Amino acid sequence: MDISQLFYDLFFDYTLRTVALGSAILGIVSGALGSFAVLRKQSLLGDAISHAALPGIVLAFLLTRSREPVILMLGALIAGWLATLFMLNVVNTTRIKNDSALGLVLSVFFGFGLMLLTFTQKLPDATQAGLDKFLFGQAATLLQSDVVTMGIISVIALALLMAFWKEFKLITFDPEYAASLGFPVRFLDVLLTTLLVVAIVIGLQTVGVVLMSAMIVAPAAAARQWTDKLSLMVILGGLFGALSGVSGTLISGSMERLPTGPVIVLCVSVIVLFSMLFATNRGLVWNWFRNLQNRRQLRAQAVLADLSTLAMQHPDEERGHSSAVLRAMSPNPDGVSLALKRLEEQGYARELSKDSWALTQSGQDEAGKEKKEAE
Amino acid sequence: MSSAQFEILLIASFVAVACALPGVFLVLRRMAMMSDAISHTVLLGIVIAFFITKSLTSPLLLIGAALMGVLTVSLVELLNRTQLVREDAAIGLVFPAIFSIAVILISRFAGNVHIDTDAVLLGELAFAPFNRVKLFGLDFGPEALYITGGILLLNIIFIAAFYKELKLATFDAALAAALGFSPILIHYALMTSVSLTAVGAFDAVGSVLVVAFMIAPPAAAYLLTDRLSRMLIYSALIGIFSAVSGYWLAYLLDASIAGSMATMTGASFLLSYLLAPERGLLAQARRRQNQRIEFALTMLTMHIANHTAAHEAEIENEVVHLNEHLKWTPQFAMEVVGIADRMGLVQQREGLLTLTESGLKRANQEFSN
Repeated sequence: MDISQLFYDLFFDYTLRTVALGSAILGIVSGALGSFAVLRKQSLLGDAISHAALPGIVLAFLLTRSREPVILMLGALIAGWLATLFMLNVVNTTRIKNDSALGLVLSVFFGFGLMLLTFTQKLPDATQAGLDKFLFGQAATLLQSDVVTMGIISVIALALLMAFWKEFKLITFDPEYAASLGFPVRFLDVLLTTLLVVAIVIGLQTVGVVLMSAMIVAPAAAARQWTDKLSLMVILGGLFGALSGVSGTLISGSMERLPTGPVIVLCVSVIVLFSMLFATNRGLVWNWFRNLQNRRQLRAQAVLADLSTLAMQHPDEERGHSSAVLRAMSPNPDGVSLALKRLEEQGYARELSKDSWALTQSGQDEAGKEKKEAE
Repeated sequence: MSSAQFEILLIASFVAVACALPGVFLVLRRMAMMSDAISHTVLLGIVIAFFITKSLTSPLLLIGAALMGVLTVSLVELLNRTQLVREDAAIGLVFPAIFSIAVILISRFAGNVHIDTDAVLLGELAFAPFNRVKLFGLDFGPEALYITGGILLLNIIFIAAFYKELKLATFDAALAAALGFSPILIHYALMTSVSLTAVGAFDAVGSVLVVAFMIAPPAAAYLLTDRLSRMLIYSALIGIFSAVSGYWLAYLLDASIAGSMATMTGASFLLSYLLAPERGLLAQARRRQNQRIEFALTMLTMHIANHTAAHEAEIENEVVHLNEHLKWTPQFAMEVVGIADRMGLVQQREGLLTLTESGLKRANQEFSN
């Protein structure tokens, strides 16, 4: 299948369009809300909540005998929410730390859900087929009505996020200050966590329990590398999420037997890797390059000072000095020629004749300025 | 109980103890979520080793998986050291990516082979007795029994041999480093043990149960004792209890064995959380209640001692007036006065309270503080 055909299908093939749209919605919501989770050091909360949602889904089915996505999502929401509250309580009332509480809730809730699921599957009127798609996610089974539901819920979640933007921002960065200003921190905390649970529940059907945690952490972690502004980070997180959702859908649609969820996760992982390497200011490559520039600049300044010293020792004449002399003066002789070239580019030094260097007027001024600063 | 059931229970108990031992150190070292990460990423190790050996029973699978576990830990540390993401985010980034690669490899190249993601994540303990070790035509019991037993033995030897080092590195890493024990070496040794345990166990019980057995029993034991040695023993016992009771729960409901066992580890934790003698919720509530009463008794004696002069005593020291002077509800006032009376701190005469000798002593002691 060639690329143009793929893009044609993206708009006109029912399944591909539905799945791409669903994944994009999921990416936007999880990227935006994940930004808050990552900043609040709750990266793994998504992992725990997505596992904890399973018993909620099965119980919702057991109680109502309905497979309406809305009802199952509601069950997942309640279970995820209870799991979060339980974790908070355990951490607050015992010496058990956050990580153990997360692992505990994750495995126990999930195991309980599994028990319920296998129990349900053996009931006589087993109309529950499809419940286990929440385990691993089956994006291909998304229906247009599912996507509409996801869209509506997402719009509500994002609207709430915008409505409480200032408050959420405050409790993310300085909860004590927020409390001292009289904001209902506990309520806001619960609201923000609830929105996160909503984002996770939306994604379960597409990418499944195990991979949902990546959709919370990864777009946000990638966005964090590019900016120090919360608003930009949330927008970028949503963008990265949507990008990986759509590209993952396209790639998995282009080949046989390529499950959508894992491909989406790999796409977002590539974005994270790229961001960590090449992001401006924070990226590893960027940093390495900046360090290199700094080192070169310092070396050039040292050579500039050496040249100025030489000029003072020979005040009588306008003469140049060979790079061999400068090399002898420098603690790092190999960098001298590069430093001279740099000084020449900056207009501080010029080559009078072959390998005979002197300061220009502005070079003398600069050397004087730096000397004064050093003193 | 049939012999197959007995074998299942034995395997499950081996897994429970094998998981609980390194789990104790994970919980204490605040690295519990590492077990979640490792138990997922070992899948890739298994898949790669499977592609190389073309066999599902080769011991290379174990080694490949253990290596992948250690690689996961190193990757998390590598990400962590760039300081671009926090440690929890690093875990959340690494393991889904590795797990995704494994799932893709399985569905693309091994679709017709018997390693599917369901079996790995959820485990199927019920089938464990069918895969038997046969030598010279003799039946030596199920294979899983030997694998899990071997891993259990390895873990016991590891912890027994390095008990002192593990203890020191866990509770005072700086001192351990100063004394010349490398905390990094101990860290990686522990992580290798966790990886091996995860692989050996999840073949039998699935990765979710591995996490449950590694975290829940040690967390429950953590609330019961302050001694490392006891915590190890309690964790192992709680693990065995969860395994056995979980099996019968599954039998009763005809449900997933792994899921039921995980549920029982949760139930065990809940019991410990509620009833632990000092750190449980009930003990905490009782302690708070006792402190409240103790404080109220002291308040009462001080209040009466302050108002012993006859003209004041008339209005201040009547039981019915305590609620307005001490801001107590009438009910609570009656309760406190009743207790004080029984303890011989006060005497009641026609609704009027006076201090006894010991009551006066208590008030004066408080005043002099």
